[in-house]
Amino acid sequence: MGRDAGRLSLILLFTPFALWIGLLIVLPQLGIGYVSLREKVGVNQYEFGFGNYADFFGEPIYRNTLLRTAWMSILVTILALIIGFPIAYYIAKLARARIRAALFLMCLIPLWVSDLVRAYGWIVLLRETGVVSTVLVGAGLITEPVEMLYNDVTVVIGLVYTVILFMIVPLVSTLQGMDDALLEAGYNLGGSRFTVFRRIVVPYAMPGIVAGCIITFMLAAGSYLTPILLGGKNSSWFTEQIYNQFITRYNWEAGATFGVLLLVFTSLVVWVGLRLTGQSLVTTVARKD
Amino acid sequence: MYDLSCAGVTKKFGPFTAVSDVSLNIPSGSFFSILGPSGCGKTTLMRMIAGFETPSSGDIRIKGESVLSIPPNRRNVKMVFQNLALFPMMSVGENIAYGLRCRGDVRSEIAGKVARVLDRVSMPGVEDKQIDQLSGGQKQRIAIARCMVLEPDVLLLDEPLGALDLKLREHMKIELKQLQHRFATTFLYITHDQSEALVMSDQVAVMNAGRFEQIGTPKELYRGPVSGFVAGFVGDATCLPGTITDIRGQQARVALDSGGQVIGCLCDESGTGDAVEVFLRPEAMQICSGNDDTTLRGRVDSLLFNGANSRVLMRMGSGQIIEVAETAQADPLTEGAQIAVSWRPEQARIFARRAE
Repeated sequence: MGRDAGRLSLILLFTPFALWIGLLIVLPQLGIGYVSLREKVGVNQYEFGFGNYADFFGEPIYRNTLLRTAWMSILVTILALIIGFPIAYYIAKLARARIRAALFLMCLIPLWVSDLVRAYGWIVLLRETGVVSTVLVGAGLITEPVEMLYNDVTVVIGLVYTVILFMIVPLVSTLQGMDDALLEAGYNLGGSRFTVFRRIVVPYAMPGIVAGCIITFMLAAGSYLTPILLGGKNSSWFTEQIYNQFITRYNWEAGATFGVLLLVFTSLVVWVGLRLTGQSLVTTVARKD
Repeated sequence: MYDLSCAGVTKKFGPFTAVSDVSLNIPSGSFFSILGPSGCGKTTLMRMIAGFETPSSGDIRIKGESVLSIPPNRRNVKMVFQNLALFPMMSVGENIAYGLRCRGDVRSEIAGKVARVLDRVSMPGVEDKQIDQLSGGQKQRIAIARCMVLEPDVLLLDEPLGALDLKLREHMKIELKQLQHRFATTFLYITHDQSEALVMSDQVAVMNAGRFEQIGTPKELYRGPVSGFVAGFVGDATCLPGTITDIRGQQARVALDSGGQVIGCLCDESGTGDAVEVFLRPEAMQICSGNDDTTLRGRVDSLLFNGANSRVLMRMGSGQIIEVAETAQADPLTEGAQIAVSWRPEQARIFARRAE
């Protein structure tokens, strides 16, 4: 009886999860994968083959867009790590307990506003008639208004701003688990600030660093709104290509191919990152102590 | 020449004085303990010696040199932390090599030094183990080895046995003492456990509310406490509150709050009419009636058998319990029996009553 009840509750709990994964993730991916292997040879005539992939690799602009997206996403990840680590360290280790919760909450507040509104915020600040430009002209630092939107730097800034939270949160939770005595032992045994940071803090925070980097990289590479709104027509973001194939050109086969390639490519980058840092997905998700 | 000396060290946190005018001198190669209840300032004192806190006033000298201006990572005092603070992401060998590498030792010598120190703590060949593969006692030894490999002037130990279970703690007490002999290094040991301090130390400082109450060998503290706090904190003692009614030379007559009068040895400057406490060690009393002024009567409340450490708890008419060592008796005691305990006047110590 008790075991049956246990099994029933397991099934009840597991069903929504299985439905969600199955219907919203696995099935569409399979569909995308299937469509990507379908070559259009005539009206409503299809053949099975890798022609769509061959098209992708044959066209430099597609390849380059994917590589560009990957590089910029890696750049965004590195910047988010460099900026996010001190913030996370301050929240987790230096701030007093009472302030800590408030600071953490302040980090989360921007999440309450949609991506669109936040991107629009940047537009308000950075466009030719925007706040920054106007103030600079008013202060006499520049003679005429400048357009600060629609270039790569703006896209990177906007993306770092959007994803940095997802870097800070895992870092804070790993660093909070670190006993201050470890740092003191590090100094006591003769370590300088740099040694303690490099040999104790970073290795200890490594699971959090890797988790944060995976999340921010995936979010950056898969983002659509920020690069389009801040980068304009020239942003050449890979998701934009996918959108164009599906919606503008109504070429589902090419769009599906790009979708699969984005997934494979970003997964590959994450895998290489894990190998380089000597971490595995398991240690990143769950600590074994 | 002292390995470590403190002169008038004081530490204030805002209006709160954690450590107040503490002075001590620790001779080379000795085992020195600071014994006190939690919150008495002993950890703050140790953190000042390690350099994690700066004294508000006073001086700390290691091998005669003031270290106040030296940052913690350049002081040659190493510390075994309360929870040991072994680095979980490094192997045992890397943990021990950490300090050597920070010091800039030649790479080729490090492995040899690590192997030698592991040998000295009786754990040869564990370099490649991970920290979580070790037992509690082994972790302890690695934490000590990690410090000793650097040949510190003084090794600080901050209640390192606190996290161990009782059996292991008893074992580690003896082992720590042996390690100290083997390394011939000065150990400064902090604890709230009087038995740890008494068993291991050459000298003990009893600390209370930021001050040293008494410094001496374990024997001196046990046999000749200078204050009620020391008498009550070091070793077992029954404490009887009362008021002095008469003083004759070294001896004073005390009217007990629970009724009756006893005579004891006055050990501080209390005068007639002062509130005092009479301290009686369990082994200073015999179960037999003696002089009226040095005898208390009651019933056997319970018998606590613990081998050579067995105790009789006697309940007096007032309800007060007196703990007496049980010595070999001709006729065994039974619970509820009427007995009397007596002592020699000089073995009952009288001190001014402690603040509640």
